[in-house]
Amino acid sequence: MNLRPDPTFYPSPKLAMEGPVEKLAFTLMLSPDFSQPDGLAVVNVDPSSDDYCKIVHTVIMPEKGDEFHHFGWNACSSSLSPLTGHAFLERRYLIIPGIRSSRIYVVDVKEPLNAKIHKIIEPEEVFAKTGYSRPHTIHCGPEGIYVSTLGGGGPDGTDGPPGIFIMDCETFDIIGRYEIERGVQDKHYDFWWNLPRDYMVSSEWALPPQFENGLVPEDLLSNKYGHRIHFWNLRNRTNIQTIDLGENHQMALEIRPAHDPVKQHGFCGVVVDTTNLQGAVFTWWRNEDGSFEARKTITIDPQPADPDDLPDLLKGFSAVPPLVTDIDLSMDDRFLYVSCWGTGEMHQYDVSDPMNPKLAGKVEIGGIVKKTKHPNGKDFGYGPQMVEISRDGKRVYWTNSLYSTWDDQFYPGDRGAAMVKADVGEDGGLALDPKFWIDFPKGYRTHQIRLEGGDCSTDSFCYPSV
Amino acid sequence: MGDLTTTTAGLWLAVVLSGLYHGINPGMGWPLAVSAAMMERRTSALWAALAALAAGHFVAMLAILLPFTAMTTLIEWQREIRIAASLLVIGMGLYIAVTRRHPRFLARVPPSRLALWSFLVALAHGAALMILPIYLGLCSVEESDAGHRAAAEIMGENVRLALAVSVIHTLAMIGAGAALAYAVFRWLGLRFLSRSWFDLELVWAFSLLLVGGIGLWAAI
Repeated sequence: MNLRPDPTFYPSPKLAMEGPVEKLAFTLMLSPDFSQPDGLAVVNVDPSSDDYCKIVHTVIMPEKGDEFHHFGWNACSSSLSPLTGHAFLERRYLIIPGIRSSRIYVVDVKEPLNAKIHKIIEPEEVFAKTGYSRPHTIHCGPEGIYVSTLGGGGPDGTDGPPGIFIMDCETFDIIGRYEIERGVQDKHYDFWWNLPRDYMVSSEWALPPQFENGLVPEDLLSNKYGHRIHFWNLRNRTNIQTIDLGENHQMALEIRPAHDPVKQHGFCGVVVDTTNLQGAVFTWWRNEDGSFEARKTITIDPQPADPDDLPDLLKGFSAVPPLVTDIDLSMDDRFLYVSCWGTGEMHQYDVSDPMNPKLAGKVEIGGIVKKTKHPNGKDFGYGPQMVEISRDGKRVYWTNSLYSTWDDQFYPGDRGAAMVKADVGEDGGLALDPKFWIDFPKGYRTHQIRLEGGDCSTDSFCYPSV
Repeated sequence: MGDLTTTTAGLWLAVVLSGLYHGINPGMGWPLAVSAAMMERRTSALWAALAALAAGHFVAMLAILLPFTAMTTLIEWQREIRIAASLLVIGMGLYIAVTRRHPRFLARVPPSRLALWSFLVALAHGAALMILPIYLGLCSVEESDAGHRAAAEIMGENVRLALAVSVIHTLAMIGAGAALAYAVFRWLGLRFLSRSWFDLELVWAFSLLLVGGIGLWAAI
């Protein structure tokens, strides 16, 4: 226990930006063929250190086949509201769910170079206490740790809808389901919220049979993947509104609300528009009367390609879709980063006017067709995927794998893990750091990155920046 | 009686000091007033939030004190009542010292219902209970001056006393909270919030033990 709040808890996004620069990153490693246990890599990102760009510690799990994807902290800046009643938690544990096994690991990173497993929650416990499976996004909030899931009960996760469950933020016991009234929500992916204004937003990817063994082309072309976003009264635990983005907008994934709680808008990335293969970003916002609206504000066109250069899945289209698989918003709510995993591009949009985003920077690396090499001459393997921004907004890190079975469909063969960094210009602009490259152990792929002391997709703030 | 713990002046001082102590504790809500004012970008929201916090705290005081007020008419049981009340406070102190847990249901209260939250938190963390032995001490001081009177008269007097204790305690509490909230909002900034927040949970538990212990000692 601390006697004062954890120094990495910041009342406002502005104060978070002024905090110390991250020296370590935590990157998830997954074994795509389940031949090795998944792991957590602790990466030195301090340029002044002799160990810069080296993996300084790994935590290898005891089980195989977990498939690590997203993860999060046990506590964040949201603890600084008296309403939560636990201001003295430590940002100390990473909660790492396996989306394939439904097992959850709690890893103690108080001493990052000696990080170790603190607790393992077995899949049976998740099933028994929640009726959900395939845990995914982690956020710490008013009632503890909130975990979104992609599956319901039963062997294929289709017995009942997926949802969110709550874990105790100190004991890590599973408390139970979050939802009291879910309305029409029947699929799940990401969620986030605005704590003082007491609303939550959630999104839809797909049901487990639609992703676990690979993308199902028939389902995609008949628009059966998720295409709605749901708005919730956070503390009431009820779905208050659902917006259909249009059934052609397949796979509404990351939800990124403005960090400054005084703002009442946010973004949601859509992987592919089945009418034209575009990728898209929607801006959603809350009206004064409490109702929500959403409008498409970014579209990214597919790029024509020779069918010979395309995997079987895409040959018929003679084009490579951008595949917007991740988006992330800088702490000052100014720049939105959009991963185009198919074309191999990382876009940076100035979203100072959230209804009118402007492309401010772009980096090309990897890609199904272009296969752009890193400035150091190495192959990036796949495309830019999970992206994380430093609190001060000056550095952007990303990895290359989407999801084991989907990687194999779009990028056949094993192409190696990667994690790169780009530097952000004073007034926008994005350039890869030629010196930054991490070598991961053989046979692994990389997914989400978390930065020491919090980053732009973990912390929720209870006080405005002004 | 020169003892500060049993004189009228000493007990009223305790009412005020405990109010100030509750007020400066961020856990009792003053940062929420800062948040409200910053969210709405006007100082009036700060006062509105503080008023809601004060109302909740005040009602929580009455919720604890009034049932005991009714019991103070049982003059022959007065000593036992004071002992029971003191033991209750000590029990709460021990519970907080051992569990150090914040009840999760408090996190279900929406941020827009600050008065309700303040009411519940004052009960759940024993803030209202802390006042009880002090109040009963005041009742007995008044009583020893008055001699034998009708129960209704004593009851009326003690209701007035409970109201006075609650009002003065709440004024001290919200005065301290308001001073901090306003200072952070206008001058000190949010950085002060995270730097000045200390974990008072153990101190809080010991305060309950102390107040309960003195109450017990005075009653016996």
